[in-house]
Parts: sequence; structure tokens; C-alpha cells
Amino acid sequence: MNELAPISREQRVENLKGLGCSRKRVEDVRFTQGRGNYVDDLKLPGMLYGDFVRSPYAHARVKSVDKSAALAVPGVVAVLTAEDLAPLNLHWMPTLAGDKQMVLADGKVLFQGQEVAFVVANDRYVAADAAELVVIDYEELPVVVDPFKALEPGAPVLREDLDGQTTGAHGDRRHHNHIFLWEAGDKAATDEVISSAEVVAEEMVYYHRTHPCPLETCGCVASMDAVNGKLTVHGTFQAPHVVRTVASLLSGIEEHKIRVVSPDIGGGFGNKVGVYPGYVCAIVASIVTGKPVKWIEDRMENLTATAFARDYWMKGRIAATKDGRITALSCHVTADHGAFDACADPTKFPAGFFSIMTGSYDIPVAHVGVDGVYTNKAPGGVAYRCSFRVTEAAYFIERMIEVLAIELGMDAAELRRINFIRKEQFPYQSALGWEYDSGDYHTAWDKALTAIDYQGLRREQADRVEAFRRGETRKLLGIGLTHFTEIVGAGPVKNCDILGMGMFDSCEIRIHPTGSAVARLGTISQGQGHATTFAQILASEIGLPADSITVEEGDTDTAPYGLGTYGSRSTPVAGAATAMAGRKIRAKAQMIAAYLLEVHDGDLEWDVDRFVVKGAPERFKTMKDIAYASYNQAIPGVEPGLEAVSYYDPPNMTYPFGAYICVMEVDVDTGVCDVRQFYALDDCGTRINPMVIEGQVHGGLTEALAIAMGQEIAYDEIGNVKTATLMDFFLPTAWETPHYTTDFTETPSPHHPIGAKGVGESPNVGGVPAFSNAVHDAFRAFGLRQSHMPHDHWRVWKIAHDLGLHG
Amino acid sequence: MSKMHLKLTVNGEAHELLAEPRELLIHVIRERLNLTGPHIGCETSHCGACTVDMNGRSVKSCTVFAAQANGAEITTIEGIGAPGALHPLQEAFREHHGLQCGFCTPGMITRAYRFLQENPSPSEAEVRMGMAGNLCRCTGYQNIVKAILSAAAEMNTVKEAAE
Repeated sequence: MNELAPISREQRVENLKGLGCSRKRVEDVRFTQGRGNYVDDLKLPGMLYGDFVRSPYAHARVKSVDKSAALAVPGVVAVLTAEDLAPLNLHWMPTLAGDKQMVLADGKVLFQGQEVAFVVANDRYVAADAAELVVIDYEELPVVVDPFKALEPGAPVLREDLDGQTTGAHGDRRHHNHIFLWEAGDKAATDEVISSAEVVAEEMVYYHRTHPCPLETCGCVASMDAVNGKLTVHGTFQAPHVVRTVASLLSGIEEHKIRVVSPDIGGGFGNKVGVYPGYVCAIVASIVTGKPVKWIEDRMENLTATAFARDYWMKGRIAATKDGRITALSCHVTADHGAFDACADPTKFPAGFFSIMTGSYDIPVAHVGVDGVYTNKAPGGVAYRCSFRVTEAAYFIERMIEVLAIELGMDAAELRRINFIRKEQFPYQSALGWEYDSGDYHTAWDKALTAIDYQGLRREQADRVEAFRRGETRKLLGIGLTHFTEIVGAGPVKNCDILGMGMFDSCEIRIHPTGSAVARLGTISQGQGHATTFAQILASEIGLPADSITVEEGDTDTAPYGLGTYGSRSTPVAGAATAMAGRKIRAKAQMIAAYLLEVHDGDLEWDVDRFVVKGAPERFKTMKDIAYASYNQAIPGVEPGLEAVSYYDPPNMTYPFGAYICVMEVDVDTGVCDVRQFYALDDCGTRINPMVIEGQVHGGLTEALAIAMGQEIAYDEIGNVKTATLMDFFLPTAWETPHYTTDFTETPSPHHPIGAKGVGESPNVGGVPAFSNAVHDAFRAFGLRQSHMPHDHWRVWKIAHDLGLHG
Repeated sequence: MSKMHLKLTVNGEAHELLAEPRELLIHVIRERLNLTGPHIGCETSHCGACTVDMNGRSVKSCTVFAAQANGAEITTIEGIGAPGALHPLQEAFREHHGLQCGFCTPGMITRAYRFLQENPSPSEAEVRMGMAGNLCRCTGYQNIVKAILSAAAEMNTVKEAAE
């Protein structure tokens, strides 16, 4: 065989499709042809279907359940109630937040849509028919949907099961509807600075209740194999390994006898982190019937019963000098957790990472207190495209900055600039205890302001205000500024765990003899493109082309244990594990190469895809050569094969940041807000795949647009969910969604093996304040300080009306 | 409930089956014909994940009774392009990163497939309006729009070359 002409180093780098390359996604070949494999696509022989009977009331006693008519329907196999689950001790289950939650209503219901009975039938239509025939006698009880009223002395007792318990999972409970008070920072010092400050701005900032609403709802197929005693559960799980552990603890089935599989997932955004009654009921039903049982939520169930997000009432005070130096920040949050505290946060953080609320600013002293409260609303409190309440924190500080700018009569961009943490202050210790890893906020900010011609926009805005006052236009111009700092990549095992499981993550790599590989991770993609991007990290580490590396996730029988994908943790944690496992492969490969080239290990250096003898570039062994040798040569002192595993415990969180600017036209008479321009600069450290990053930013901004401009889970005063279908729950279409301009700076994380920080959530975290600030800014000249989201047409019209702009 | 005798042609293949009058077309397609490309996202015809092509029109098969499709010619994502011979839209969605989780994609491409027959040379605004019946939670649409415009250009070039 003829020797091929040697290819250039640049060509070898390009062939790898490694870090920094906009590699096309390997997932798309299947997805574009309709060959995805989502949980509802799974059909097992003899499979049964489960459907819930749900409470129409937000608070009621369940006096009786009559299932006889339902059981009489041909094809119905079982109807489960709390009474049936009680002997197994599965009528309640623990939540991620240290509380417990009813699986099926045990004596009372606490929110509309709560699961009361589970009907199992041989067909989904039959199950739905029979669910209608379950007769439940309710006695209505007084409903509390307002967290402030819930804490009044005479408020109805919601959680009778906690009666008399003055201590919860996170300390003292001072009222029967109180869950916890969580605090961080120095209260006395903060109060002292504020009380003597030159300027203080005070405001209530509400981040309303909303929902992640992935296009695929939650569901599972549970299958108990009575012959070998193994339970297999396919489902929409963002954390399959944790689900296996929880399933084992709850059921008593040993963990090796449980296989949890997350197939393709149709979007997660935090909705698919928690464990829901549907999963438990499907598993029990499969054990009881000996057949596979499928449970798939419909959209109304999804919006009413699983996993709301936000619902934080944030009362803030920010102090500054007259020239705009921020001296202190204080916040008290009334957090509406719904009927059960089922927030998905690391165990020791009942308010998540809300204490990142000092944001991008060098604030010497701060304090936060969060009161968790029970109400007659659905449980959840998940991190909707968010790293555990970071979205709330970023919205809070970015609103408070705007309010302070009004108080000071200052330009909000300048106020931010003079208070930014400076580049040389990193690693920066925040007043609330975080160590920000790296950042260069001034550079990002200046780049953003220049890119949109900030001064020009302010002039145009001032002209517009004058024209409006002269009656020449009915549209105002809003300039929405945001500089956000995220905290992602949970997290260090010393302080981050979920149900006791440390929040490390993992990667296991097996190199095949002919130089291709499989890598398995403890995470699970829900659209982020892990199969594409993790192969890129590995390609750069081990010198095999990304196209020759298969990435697998989500099957607990094959993948190493990991805590899953949420909170932008996959790249910071599993991405680090991938790089570290790759380095172990390379270390062994170096020994093999040294043997093959008959040199000392130290005489070799790594060059893209090969080990080269130093000073003799013609003498080398490629990773492909080495892989083959590892399987067919007896090398003294080296085991055959080429495999590695890494369990990575991150030393710190990562702190991505960004500068977003939204330019908005606001119609005073209709309340319609049109985004004229949106500029998003993200710094997520080292960029793995710019195409995927840009896609994440577009998507996250659109979710932010929805949240800021119309999306909410709204309740009436008796606890009816008013936004339970996509008719009422706002998801923007292509028509309403603006065009986005993306940009970047690149400040690597100093502690991450490849310097990457994660990006998935940044656009949601930074996007919501950018849109909201634009609405507020449009009315600043007319005296608006604060108005609650979502800024739908009616609410914006109302702002204009209340400001007297309708004449 | 007595069943109805239905005949449908799906992706060029003739099918006969018995279905209850209330049975939804999406369930027949997914569960009886085992074509799981079209998905169920809302069951209220808002999201478009279940979009199929029926007698030359885009329909949301979660709100069409199978009985209404009796005698119809239906095309699902599985009938648009084939492995090794993808439709320009399928190529363009990949090329321009027009998908992430992939759940809306079959409906999105199926709708675009019809849309580009309705309007072979659309403007960006026309694409945005023409695709407004299909929701995507991941992409923010920008790359979907880009992919459809690119596929339209590609298809027009091929057509012109053939003429």
C-alpha cells in the first residue's frame, strides 16, 4: 500500500472536529427523519395505560372514593387510591426539598389538579373513560392562594400532617403554613449601612409563577419483569441515576434490580428533574399487574400539576452614595412553594442559589432572608432553565439597579459600570459567600454598548419622548439593559447534594481496537446536543475524530452514576469529567507509545492526535495506532485495553456572565411591545461549539421573552388554574419572536479542565430582566418605577393608563 | 362503541383498519401504524407537533378524527425524504441548527414541506407567519426560519436547473 501524503497539522486539527468547531449535530439525522425515540413512542407487549383522576378543588376533604363504576368498565384492570398505596407506604413520597408529598390524595386535596386515583386499563381511551366514572365525594375547604394571607394568624391550616411540628427540614417553622426561613449575609451590618446611607431605593419585585412547559410532557413506562425480578422504567428523567436510587429506596427493590432509561427527551427546562406521582403509580401498577404500564401527562396536567417555577415576592432595599456607589443590598423573599415543598434544589439550599443576588456588582455588605410558604397551589419550584433560583436573583438585582438609577437620576448603564466587580478582583468573594471564578465585565459591557450605539439610542429615546409629548407619536422607546452573572455547575460535593447524592458527574471512555470510541456520561441531553459536543471535548483530548466517538447517556445499566442535566451543570461538571477521563486515556497511551517507539515516556510530546518523539517529528504513534496496540501487544507493566473513567467533583461553581440589551417599541394605546433589536453578549468561558451556543442563546431568549411578556401560571381566588392550556399559557410563535444578534467574549474558568462555564441558562437568566427593563425604561420619563411581570398587552396598557398617558 | 371501517393511504402505502368514531388520527398514525415521527404536544391543536399532510393540506392530527381521514392521502415525516436521500428541508434543518430536542421537528418539517409548496419563494416574514402554527421551545425559531429560507432557495435552484 502506498503511503498517503502526510497531512498538515491544521488539517489534522480540523479532522478531529474538536473544541471550538461548529460541528453539525449527530442527533439531527434521526430527528429530522422522525426517528427519535421518545418515551411515548415506546410500546411494549401487553402494555397497559394509566390515567389520573384529579381534584377539581384547590382545597377539600376527600370524604369517599367510589371506584366500582370505573372498575366495571371492560378493559379496566385496576383503580389505585391512597388506600391501596398505604400498605406499601407509597401513598406519600419524600420530596427533593426535605418535605413529603402525597402520591395520591390521602384524606384531603391541597391544589387543583392533585392526583386522587390512578386508573389502569388496556387502552388509553378506556383509562380516560373510566377516570370519569370514579366518584369522589369532596367537602370544600377555605382556599389560600396568596402567600402573605397564608401567613396570617387565622389562615386555614393546609398541611394537617405537619400539625404541631415547629421544626422542618430547614429549621424553625413559625406558623402552620410556614416552611422555613433561610438566611445569608450579615443582617445587622446591612441594616446599619442602609439606615445611614445617602440614598436608599426600596421596591417590591415580583417574579411571577410560570412553568417550563417543554413541548413533550412528562411520562414513563414502568415494566416489572416478574421472572427475573427486574424493574425497568423508561421515562422523561433529567436525572435518571437519582431516579433509580429514589425508586430503590421507596420500593425496597435493590438498586441493581432497577434499570432507569431516559430515552430521547423532548425538552426539559427543569420540568423533568422531579419525581412525580405518575412515576410512582406506574411503577406500583406494573408490580401489581405484572404488565408494563405507560403514563403520559396531557398538556393540562403538565401545566397544572407538575413543576411550576419562580413565584418569588422579593422586597428589596439598595443603598448607595450620592454619586452612585452601591454600599449595601438587602432582600426579603416571600416564596410561594405551593402545597408541598417540592423545590428541586441541592439539599442544603432551600432557596437555591438565590444569594447570588449581588449579581455583577461589588457590594460590600448584603443580607437575604427567604420565607417559604405553603399555599393551595401545585408543588414544584423547579429551576426553569435556571440554576436554582438564579433567575429570580438576577431579575431582582437588575430591577433594583434600575430603580436605584431612577432614585439617583443616573444613567442605568453608567450606574452598572461604576459598580461592576473589576477584572483584577477575581477570584472575587461576594458578600453572600460565593467565590466568583473569573470575569471581565467592563470589557463585555463596553462591547455591548458600542455594538448597539447606546448613546445614539438614548438620544433617539429622548427625541421620542418629546415627540410623544407634542402628540406626534403614540409609541415610546424602551432600552432594556442587563448585565447578569450566573452561578452554575452544581456542584462541589462538600456542600451540594440531591437526596444525599453528591453532585459530581462522570464519564467513562472505552477506546475500540480500530480507533473509535464510546463515551458514557452521567448526564442526559434534552436537546442540548451532548452527543455532538461531548465528543468534541474528547476529540481534542484524545486525538480521535469526534465522528469516531459515540456518546451515550441515560441508561443506568450502562452509564456511570451522575446527577443528571439541569442547572447548566453538564458542561461544567460532566464536561470536566470527560476531559479528565480523556487525560487518563492519554496518560496510558503515552506509556504504550513509549514502548512502541522504544523511548522513555518523558521523551514524547502530544501533538493533536499523536505522540511524537521530541526533536524527531518523523517518529510518532497516532492514537489510532496506540489503540490497536493496546489490544494486540503484550506490553510489560501495562494492562491490555484502553479505557478510563472519571468521577469529577468540581472545586467550585462556574460563573458565566453576559450583557444583554433589548430595544423595544411600546404602543401606549394598545400595550403591544415590539422588540426592534436584541443584542446578547455571552461569556461562557471556553466555547466548545459556537453553533450550539448560539442555538442555546436563541432558545433561552425566547423562553425569557415568553416569561417577561405574557407567560404565567395564574390562579383565581379559589385556586382554579386560569392558564392550563396553550390557549392561555403564552408560548411565542415564530411570528412573535424577534431576531437576535449574538456576540461573545471569552473568559475561561480557571478551575475547569478546559475552561468552559456552561451557557444553557444564561439567556433565560439575563433575558427576562432585559425584556422587563425595556418595558419599564420606556415609561421612565413618565414616572414608572416598578410594575410586575408578565408585561402582556393589558398590563402594559394599564401602566400607560395609570400614568395618565391616555389623556 | 361500534367501530368504523377506514381506508387511508399513508406515505404511499394503503391501510385498512377498524377505528372507533372518536379515535384521533394521531393515535391511529402513532399506535396502529407505528409511525411515531408525529408527536403529541398539546392535544388542543396549538403546538403543531402532530402536523401531517392530509390531501395536500397541513393538518394537526391531534384534532382530526381518524374517521375524517377516511380515503385520505396522508404524508408524515417518515414519508418525506429517506435515509441517504434526505429532503432539502431535512438537510437544511441540520445544516442551520434548526432543531434541538427534536420533538417539534417532524411537525415543523412536515408543515414547511407544505408551506414551500404553497409559497415557493417566501420572505422571512412570510415564513414566520406560515410557520406560526408550529411551536418550538428550544430554538427561538431563528435557525428554523433560516433553514426554511435556505431549503426554498435550494429547491428553487434545483427546479430552475431542471427546467
